[in-house]
Amino acid sequence: MAVTGGAAMSDASKQFEYLLRLGDNALVLGQRLSAWVGHAPVLEEEMATANVALDLIGQAKSWLDLAGQVEGEGRDADWLAYHRDAWDYRNALLVEQPNGDYAMTIMRQFLFDAFHLPLLEQLAASGDERVRDIAAKSVKEVRYHLRRSSEWVIRLGDGTEESHRRTQAALDELWRFTGELMAADAVDQAMVEQGLGADLEPVADAWRQRVDQVLEAATLERPGEQWMQQGGKQGRHSEHLGYILAEMQFLPRAYPDARW
Amino acid sequence: MSRDWPLWEVFIRSKHGLSHKHVGSIHATDAEMAINNARDVYTRRNEGASIWVVRAADIVSSAPGDKEILFDPSEDKIYRHPTFYEVPDEVENL
Amino acid sequence: MYSQLVDTGAKGKPSREGMSPEEAAFQDRIDQDITVEPRDWMPEQYRKTLIRQISQHAHSEIVGMLPEGNWISRAPSLRRKLILLAKVQDEAGHGLYLYSAAETLGVDRQELLDALHSGKAKYSSIFNYPTLTWADIGAIGWLVDGAAIMNQIPLCRCSYGPYARAMVRICKEESFHQRQGYEIMLELCRGTEEQKRMAQDALNRWWWPSLMMFGPPDGESVHTQQSMAWKIKRHTNDELRQRFIDQTVPQAHYLGLTLPDPELRYDEESGHWQIGEIDWSEFWRVIQGDGPCNRERLGARVRAYEEGAWVREAARVHAEKQAARRAA
Repeated sequence: MAVTGGAAMSDASKQFEYLLRLGDNALVLGQRLSAWVGHAPVLEEEMATANVALDLIGQAKSWLDLAGQVEGEGRDADWLAYHRDAWDYRNALLVEQPNGDYAMTIMRQFLFDAFHLPLLEQLAASGDERVRDIAAKSVKEVRYHLRRSSEWVIRLGDGTEESHRRTQAALDELWRFTGELMAADAVDQAMVEQGLGADLEPVADAWRQRVDQVLEAATLERPGEQWMQQGGKQGRHSEHLGYILAEMQFLPRAYPDARW
Repeated sequence: MSRDWPLWEVFIRSKHGLSHKHVGSIHATDAEMAINNARDVYTRRNEGASIWVVRAADIVSSAPGDKEILFDPSEDKIYRHPTFYEVPDEVENL
Repeated sequence: MYSQLVDTGAKGKPSREGMSPEEAAFQDRIDQDITVEPRDWMPEQYRKTLIRQISQHAHSEIVGMLPEGNWISRAPSLRRKLILLAKVQDEAGHGLYLYSAAETLGVDRQELLDALHSGKAKYSSIFNYPTLTWADIGAIGWLVDGAAIMNQIPLCRCSYGPYARAMVRICKEESFHQRQGYEIMLELCRGTEEQKRMAQDALNRWWWPSLMMFGPPDGESVHTQQSMAWKIKRHTNDELRQRFIDQTVPQAHYLGLTLPDPELRYDEESGHWQIGEIDWSEFWRVIQGDGPCNRERLGARVRAYEEGAWVREAARVHAEKQAARRAA
């Protein structure tokens, strides 16, 4: 079902699918980021990283609760977060990539934020009031995320020789996961037609513009045309996601009768 | 020898219309980062409506030894306070 | 507490005799509850003691992020994940406020961090114990934060202004920490058999170490009197420990848990709960570096610091470049 990218789904299950993508992106990235807490390069960054992670996990909760509502089978955000296996997750490949060094984390954040903001800006004008509300709240948070991650990419790119090298390496490593963010499939198209979702073409334009501008200020070289990895949005992930979920879901899985 | 980032003092104006108030300090390499860090550290509980950051090195303060000459002379100028004046209770709006 | 062993450079009760006129005037102001501010004259030992105390406190907050931080990725619901993340973040914030307060005494945060990383500076013994199950997150919030609050509230009135002000902010923020811990315990104790066992096991492991948080018994706490005269400590270790015990025992009973102390009994006459002997050899062992997790905790902080060096350097160099460009 998922492999077809949603061509044969009902309207409601396409909506469900779409909301999972929004929620899972935020959840998986929030989970990744929170691993920095206690281990960041400087105390001020502990605070900042935790704030971004809190924003994202909060957004994930809202999107997944709405997904559960749309689905209408009584599953809430917690159920969806803790009881789906990797093939039922719909996040993009980019957000599940390992934290790596700080350059990798910052670059992953920037490449995602630059997509996330224009996406949410459109969703804040969605025809669906529930989507509009979540997006309007999230837009404010993500505007700050993008500002912060842009500044950090510039600092690290245009910092020392070592930081430049690491940041360029991070960009080269992660570039192949950026195409998927803005590659529309049948679910995306259906959501545009229903007036619920975002048109990814203007999102891609905004993304390219922002990325070019920041990379230039950071003295980084934009990677050339290359094969773009895809599949996360449809449930075909990298090997990393299984480990993320194994850790995240351990308690509810090990103690299925327990409440926490 | 490792060095920490420069120290900045942080002042926050709360939502209740009071003046900016000193809340603490943070370390940052530039003004943008100082504002961000101040936001991330000192406004987590909905405290802020505006932030000032000042490099700690740029603050000039009065010397503790000058306390007497600076502040004692105002002690006996009680006529500057409204309670210094006697007005009959019957007179209103004063 | 978070600063369990603060050397004041003076043992026993300080006497007025032998004080210089400046020192006597300083002590007078302390006795009158006039706060000391950064640029005021202060005895060198007062300054050094405060730096030690505040930085031990700050280090404890920072190292204290690690045992709980362990469980952020495994929190059992999104709500618990958000709460725990916010709590651990608060600890980073509190470390930051406290380092700032220490910096007003003319020391750089860098020096304090160097002392932590080299193993020279101390932090609270409690953070050298492992968090083995989710119930440990409940037990830490309930017991460790409970003990910390007991010590920190009086510090809001300590004689040094910047420290007192930092403590006011910290106490305000920490008010949810203990409650969320107790809530976790409550949920476990109302849950399945396994959850109850988990809760009891966590209490068994955390009870004695949290009593040790208050530091050695008064008889062995040689610096307490000087610290109290300076009003940078307002109650003795044993006073605070007893208060904590009296508060916590009924809370454990409410949960239906048993405290791991066969000698625990309520003394009608004094109105206090009396405990058995604390194993002080364990306390000293952990303080001196041989707790279950000392190496891991310090190792994690050192690694974070060293691996972050190029990031801090890059930001500094970038700022210099920008400043030069603006000047050109």
